[in-house]
Amino acid sequence: MKFRNKLLAVAVAAGTALSLGMGAAQAKTFKYAFQGDLQTLDPHGLFETMTLGFQRNIYEGLVIRNDKMEMVGALAESWENTDPTTWRFHLRKGVKFHEGGTLGADDVEFSVKRLSTEGSDMKVVAALISDVKIIDDYTVDLITPSPNPILPLQLEIFYIMDKQWAEEHNSVEATNVKGGDEGNYANLHANGTGPFMVKERQSGVKTVLVRNPDYWGSMTSNLDEVIFTPIDQDATRVAALISGDVDMAYPIPVQDWGRLDDAEGVKPLAGPEARTIFLGFDQLRDELLASNVKGKNPFKDIRVRQAFAAAINLDAIKKKVMRGASVPTGLMVAPQINGFNGDLNEPYAYDPAKAKELLAEAGYPDGFEVTMDCPNNRYVNDERICQAVVGMLAKVGVKIDLLAQPKSKYFGKVLAQNGYDTSFFLLGWTPSTFDSQNPISALMACRGGEDDIGAFNLGGYCNPRINELAAAVQSETDQAKRQAMINEAFKIHKDEVGHLPLHQQPLSWGVSEKADIVQRPDNVFDLRYASIKD
Amino acid sequence: MGSSDMADTTISKGFTDRMRRFFDSDIWYSFRRSPVAIVSTGITLVFFLAAAFAPIVAPHNPFDLAAIDIMDSNLPPAWDEFEGDTRFLIGTDDQGRDVLSTIIYGSRISLVVGFASVAFSLVLGVALGLISGYVGGRLDAFIMRVADVQLSFPAILIALLIDGVARSVMPRELHADLAFYVLIFAIGISGWVQYARTVRGSAMVEKSKEYVQAARVIGIRRGTILVRHILPNVTGPVLVIATIHLAIAIITEATLSFLGVGVPPTTPSLGTLIRIGNDFLFSGEWWITIFPGIALVVLVLAVNLMGDWLRDALNPKLR
Amino acid sequence: MLGFIVKRMIQSVIVMLTVALIAFALFRYVGDPINNMVGQDTTVEERDELRERLGLNDPFLVQFGRFAWASAKGEFGFSYQHRRPVRDLIAERLPATLELSMVSAVLALAVGIPMGVYTALRRDGFLSRAFMSLSLIGVSLPTFLIGILLILFFGVILRWLPTFGRGDVVDIGWWTTGFLTVSGLKAMIMPSITLALFQMTLIMRLVRAEMLEVLRTDFVKFARARGLPDRSVHFRHALKNTMVPVITITGLQLGSIIAFAIITESVFQWPGMGLMFIQAIGEVDIPIMAAYLVLIALFFVIINLVVDLLYLVVDPRLRVDRATANGQ
Repeated sequence: MKFRNKLLAVAVAAGTALSLGMGAAQAKTFKYAFQGDLQTLDPHGLFETMTLGFQRNIYEGLVIRNDKMEMVGALAESWENTDPTTWRFHLRKGVKFHEGGTLGADDVEFSVKRLSTEGSDMKVVAALISDVKIIDDYTVDLITPSPNPILPLQLEIFYIMDKQWAEEHNSVEATNVKGGDEGNYANLHANGTGPFMVKERQSGVKTVLVRNPDYWGSMTSNLDEVIFTPIDQDATRVAALISGDVDMAYPIPVQDWGRLDDAEGVKPLAGPEARTIFLGFDQLRDELLASNVKGKNPFKDIRVRQAFAAAINLDAIKKKVMRGASVPTGLMVAPQINGFNGDLNEPYAYDPAKAKELLAEAGYPDGFEVTMDCPNNRYVNDERICQAVVGMLAKVGVKIDLLAQPKSKYFGKVLAQNGYDTSFFLLGWTPSTFDSQNPISALMACRGGEDDIGAFNLGGYCNPRINELAAAVQSETDQAKRQAMINEAFKIHKDEVGHLPLHQQPLSWGVSEKADIVQRPDNVFDLRYASIKD
Repeated sequence: MGSSDMADTTISKGFTDRMRRFFDSDIWYSFRRSPVAIVSTGITLVFFLAAAFAPIVAPHNPFDLAAIDIMDSNLPPAWDEFEGDTRFLIGTDDQGRDVLSTIIYGSRISLVVGFASVAFSLVLGVALGLISGYVGGRLDAFIMRVADVQLSFPAILIALLIDGVARSVMPRELHADLAFYVLIFAIGISGWVQYARTVRGSAMVEKSKEYVQAARVIGIRRGTILVRHILPNVTGPVLVIATIHLAIAIITEATLSFLGVGVPPTTPSLGTLIRIGNDFLFSGEWWITIFPGIALVVLVLAVNLMGDWLRDALNPKLR
Repeated sequence: MLGFIVKRMIQSVIVMLTVALIAFALFRYVGDPINNMVGQDTTVEERDELRERLGLNDPFLVQFGRFAWASAKGEFGFSYQHRRPVRDLIAERLPATLELSMVSAVLALAVGIPMGVYTALRRDGFLSRAFMSLSLIGVSLPTFLIGILLILFFGVILRWLPTFGRGDVVDIGWWTTGFLTVSGLKAMIMPSITLALFQMTLIMRLVRAEMLEVLRTDFVKFARARGLPDRSVHFRHALKNTMVPVITITGLQLGSIIAFAIITESVFQWPGMGLMFIQAIGEVDIPIMAAYLVLIALFFVIINLVVDLLYLVVDPRLRVDRATANGQ
């Protein structure tokens, strides 16, 4: 598979080159680069934006977001609530997998089961469904443990696999990180229903897709072949784009936008990402792990948190660090997220004098020292943001010892498995469901409860009312009531400065002027909407 | 009391003697005749002095967080007619630090790392070389075997491994404090072999000479023979190796910082500055990387040229 | 001779075990691999369970023992990131690294030796001085900066050469080669020059120094006195005698080239083992890191052995030396 007859391919290519100019339509090849590779072709192997975002060109779920982020049917033509805990999906008829199998209700049932096999990283999705009932070949009921109004939305990244194909290739279980002798067939091979098929896969080097001639849907893309290459180094990636070696590359460092504007044949493609970057404080421990203040925790005092909020100049970060490309924010969710409320989005006012006053009132007229944890290869300019924050806090007397590390070390230190070892940190979050319930429950609710609630509330901010609201929002089906509860949670969190939101980071893509593509706010690149001119 | 006075005078007398001998020597003559040697030594001295007196020489203190302002970031050199700022002669970096000042402070770190690691491998290498060459036998075989093995591992990989091991065995706070020394150790340990081999060769030759035999016969201790009679004979080659090694150590540190194991970016070396500046090479803010780059090249080139000249000057066969 | 080889084999095993042990100690610092294997929404319990399943909670020595035993059998485990056997990955990446290293080594020799000879013969010529100074600039710049500047100039501004990757490759059995396609050859140019620069300078200076020594020997003087033409003296007599140290150093430097390929490969996104290693560090892919380090150690051990044997073949005088050095 990997090295399939490349000699032959070269010979054919040479032949084609000779016969060029005969008027035959040239195959449209599109090359693009990202900073990393997808980890697996297995649709249930890793719950991560890039991996699932790439796979969506090959595999499809029951529903899908279109170019305007509206939810439309994909493998399901329609769906309805037959009772509060049952969602009925009517499958599209005549849909074929790449290798010829026909889509049926048993494939859906099989795929749901596959979600909870040992190797699956999608067990959170599996937990949304308590039972599957096949009504007929093209109708299937998904039963939820409790009423769930947003299930179809949550299932967008749940892709359907061909049951028979998986059985034939011994891949009925999701690809396991632990592995076996030769690995899972589905890790390097794919058989979906999507518009593109995998022709070649060399993990970490390149992946070649070709158009699926029998695709059930219609799409605007005119691409015949797609070559995807990961390029780790920013400079090399930008160089590859400007020189025309790739037609599209992302992410592009924000400082290089000007260069792309000036260069011939390429342009930057920017937009707000649905990812919010924020700061957090350890408010749980009685004494900070890394600070010169002993015997008490300054962040337990709301005035200290307010002082930090007043000391940080979001506009300066926007102008100087993000080159005007970020959107300063006061909320933990972006405007694209369901439940966003513009009235609450006003950032905390920048007022260093007030910050000093507040610190003095709280008993720290000369400030104090604390260590800040920061990733340096996870978010757009993450380390630079932290350095700017350090400088701003230095001006009100707070001395920050910055510990900026690669993401593996950073997350290894601050997350739950290491006992939330942090006093002050920077983190970013995109709600995977695109709904406000996700950050309320994961970031803002008191941690330590059941069901992993508050697992990413690294600072241990706690107001029990938010836990109540998180649970209520989960099962509330009345949209107005639901919004009111979301508003209440955000209001409490903001008044108490539970976290300190900084901005929505920009999406930063670079694209050839010959190409026509659609940029989604979740940084997913959907080839269905990508075309290229000669 | 008296004896220490006497020691002082002997030392100072020895010193002036030595100075006179130096100025009368062929080396000094060759130095004065070689413009390359004069210029490269001059440049090295300038770097050295600027680094030593960085707080006085540098126009700003780039590490004083309260003094730098993010709003001053990415300013072009002062001669730029639109955005140039006279406060910052060759512009500012992405944090608003004065590039000239970061270069001066950065050279200081690069030079300290360079000199310290060279000193470390020199002492280790010379000591092992002397012992190996003079004592011989099984000890010699063992040391040379270790040297063989280590020589085949490139310095950069050894440094990576040592840095990694240090991080894994030390608690984080301790490592942050010791990062600097770990780096020096890592770069230094990978360089001792060359010294050891050279010194061993000389020691083996000298050992059999008559004056050493004579010294041994009249009962002078082994250590004294090594230091007083054999060591002076190898200063030339060792000095040459050390100069070249200094250049290599500075470059190695820069390369390590590209791999993320150099000195922390809060106290950047020249290599770290170049790595940070790399992000701005395409965006037109060339001064953030080009000036530290030039500084590094000039420094390393000067040191290398000095080494070249020294090698030729000390090699009697080439005169 | 046989005894010598056996002795070296035993030493080699000790070296490899030490490297493996150090490599393992290293992994505890690079971070927690689990977070790179799961998504944002994976629960804490699942993360813990996965860690347990992978045996990452076992004591250090248990993990090390398991690794050493498996790699002795040629099994390097299963990559966390690629979810494939490391053995397959290495087989896939090895050709890229070896081709790049070989081309660089050849380049360094092909340019370094003539330049060394020339600068030795015309010691004070203008061109000689230019070569000497230029070669120093080459080693005064860090490799990564040279690479990026080359990309900027030849890739972005002139657009002559591809900015990244290996171009099209052709399969020959399990080997993939970039030598047989135009794009493959073009892609080779910048990375191999970047990688070769340092060695080139080293070889040039070494040849120069050795030549200068040899030219002063009586043996060459006699050759001249016999009225042999310069050409014959320089190349038949002098150059031939400088080859022993050149072979040694080049051999030893081959390992260096492979190791330095880490940087060149990551600047040019060259799909070799060095790039895979750097990526593995970033993602805490322990099995790949371990396999890479052990493999590199193996290379070095083999290179050392070969160089020693070559020594014995090329210069019989050294046999005695070597024997004494081994305390026999």
